[in-house]
Amino acid sequence: MAITYTSGEQVEVYRFGIPATILVPLAAVFLQAWLTWKLPFFSIFDLPLLITISFAMARRSQMAGLFTGAFIGLFQDALTHQPIGLYGIAKTVVGFGASSLGIKLDVENAGARLLLTLFFYAVHEVVYFTIARGLVSLHVQWSWSRELWSGVANAFLGVLLYAVLDRLKQRT
Amino acid sequence: MESVLGRYRNLIVLVAVLFVQVLGLAVQVRRTTDTDSSRLIRVWAVTAVSPFEKALVWLQTSTGNIWHNYFYLRGVRSENRELRQQIEQMRIEQVRMSQDADQARRLQALLAFKEQFISQTMAAQVIGSSGSEQSRSIYIDKGERDGIKSDMAVITADGVVGKVLHVYRSVSLVLLISDQTSGVGAILEKSRLQGILRGMPSGEIGLEKVMSDEQVAAGEMVLTSGGDRIFPKGLALGRVTQVSPGSDLFLNIRVKPAANLSKLEEVLVVTRIDERQATPDLTGPVRAADILAERLPTVPPKSPESPSGTQGQRVPVPGTADSAKPGEAKPKTAVPGGATGNNAMAQKIPASSTAAGNSPEGGASGAVVVKVPQKAAKPAETKVPNTEPEPPAQDSPQ
Repeated sequence: MAITYTSGEQVEVYRFGIPATILVPLAAVFLQAWLTWKLPFFSIFDLPLLITISFAMARRSQMAGLFTGAFIGLFQDALTHQPIGLYGIAKTVVGFGASSLGIKLDVENAGARLLLTLFFYAVHEVVYFTIARGLVSLHVQWSWSRELWSGVANAFLGVLLYAVLDRLKQRT
Repeated sequence: MESVLGRYRNLIVLVAVLFVQVLGLAVQVRRTTDTDSSRLIRVWAVTAVSPFEKALVWLQTSTGNIWHNYFYLRGVRSENRELRQQIEQMRIEQVRMSQDADQARRLQALLAFKEQFISQTMAAQVIGSSGSEQSRSIYIDKGERDGIKSDMAVITADGVVGKVLHVYRSVSLVLLISDQTSGVGAILEKSRLQGILRGMPSGEIGLEKVMSDEQVAAGEMVLTSGGDRIFPKGLALGRVTQVSPGSDLFLNIRVKPAANLSKLEEVLVVTRIDERQATPDLTGPVRAADILAERLPTVPPKSPESPSGTQGQRVPVPGTADSAKPGEAKPKTAVPGGATGNNAMAQKIPASSTAAGNSPEGGASGAVVVKVPQKAAKPAETKVPNTEPEPPAQDSPQ
C-alpha cells in the first residue's frame, strides 16, 4: 500500500502519492521563478497558490491543507529577499480555508472551482498585504485593477491546472 | 477539556503555525540583516531550485548555440561587411576620443582627481528570478566559490543592473535597481544634480531628493555618482522620462533604466574596483601647438659649428632635446634609471624615451638624467654630466 499523509476519514477524500506531493509544489515554485524571468507578464499568476488550493480542496483535511500551504509559502518566501513568512502565513490561511470549504462544497465542478480560486486569491492577497504593511512595513502597492485581472487570470488557469492535477489524484 | 481540545484541534494548530511564522517574521524584522536568522531555509530552497534552473539554462543555451552557429547562418556575409565598416568608423572615432581622453587625464592629474576604475569583472549567466513582483531580484550562476561577495555591483554593457544581495555556494541573488528596497547614488549627466535612484512598488524607477526648484529635462541621462561606495562613478543608470512636481519639496522624476531589466541573460559582476589618481599619458601628443609646430616649416637656428647653415642643421622636434631653447625652462635633475621626478610625468616617461641615447655621455655610469617639464620646454629629458644629483622628491605620487 502506498504511503500517503492524507486522512481517510472524510467521504470522497483523495490522496496524492509521495512523488506528486513533493515534486508538484517544487515544480510550481520553480516554474514561477523561471517563467516570471522569461515572460515578465507571468508575474500576474501565482502557481504555488493554485497548487495549495488544489491540494487542500482534494484532500479535504484542514491539517494537511494548512501544512501544505505553510510549506509551499515558506519555500516561495525563501527565494525572495524579503523576510520569510509573508507568503507562508498567507498560504497557511488559504490552505486551511480551502480544505475547510472542500469538506462542505462540491469542488469537482469547474464553475465552483473558478469562484473558489477567485475567492482564495483575494484572501491570499489581503492577508499578504496586511502582513507586509502592518508587520514588516513594506511599501507594497495595492492596485484594484491589477488584483482583479490577476484574480480572474489565476482562476481560469486554476481550472485548467486542477484538471491536470485530477489525474494525479487517487481515491482513498 | 479534552473534548474541547479535540474539537478545536485543527484551529489550535492553525493558530500555532501562524503564531510561529509571525514570531519568525518579527525576529527577522528586528534584525537588520537576515543572513543569520533565515539563511538555512534560504540555502535549502536555493539548493533545491538552482540545479533545475541551471540545467534548463544550459539546455536552452546549447540548443540556441547549435541553431545559431550551424543552421541559422543566413545573412552572415552581409552582417560581416557591415561590421567591418562599423569597425573602420569606430577606429576613426577612437583616435579622436583617445586625444580627448589624454587631455582629460592631464587635467585630472593637475587637479589631483581620484578615479574609480573597474579593474576586474566576472561574467555570469542569469538562471532565474525570485518569482515575486514584490521582490525584484534575479539569480546568477556564480556564487561564493567563484569569489562573489555581497554588495558587489552587477552591470551589463548598457548600464547598471543591481547589486549582489545574498551569496550562496554556487549561485547569488542580485537585487535589481527597480526593487523598492534598492537605492543607488545618482547624478544627472548635464545638470550635475545628485539624488537617489529608487525602485517603486509599481516596478518603475524614480530619482528622489532632487529639489523642486531645479530644472531637469526629460531625456537627460542619469549616471551613478559613486557616493554609495558600491557602484563606480559614471555608469549609466537610465534616462529621465518624466518630470513633475512632487508632493513635498522634491521633484517627481521617473527614469527608464538603461539596462533592460526584464530581459537579462548575461551580466557582469564587478569583482574589483581600483581607486587611483589619474596620470597623464606622456607618450602621446602633448599640445596642439606642438603638433602644429611639427608640421609648419621652421627657420633653422644658426649653428656655431656650421656657419653656413647648410650642414648638420636639425629641425627642432617636439619632445626632443633639440627643440629646447637655452634658458626656456629650468631642468630638474633626477637619479638615473629611477622614477624620481617630483611629478607624475617623470614617472610615466618610458626608459627608451630618455635622452641618454642621444647624448655622447649616454649610458655612462653616474650620468644624470635631467627631466624637463614637457609643457614648459618641448624636450622631455636631456642629459648633462653628473654634477649634483637631486634627491627623490617626497611628494612623488605612487
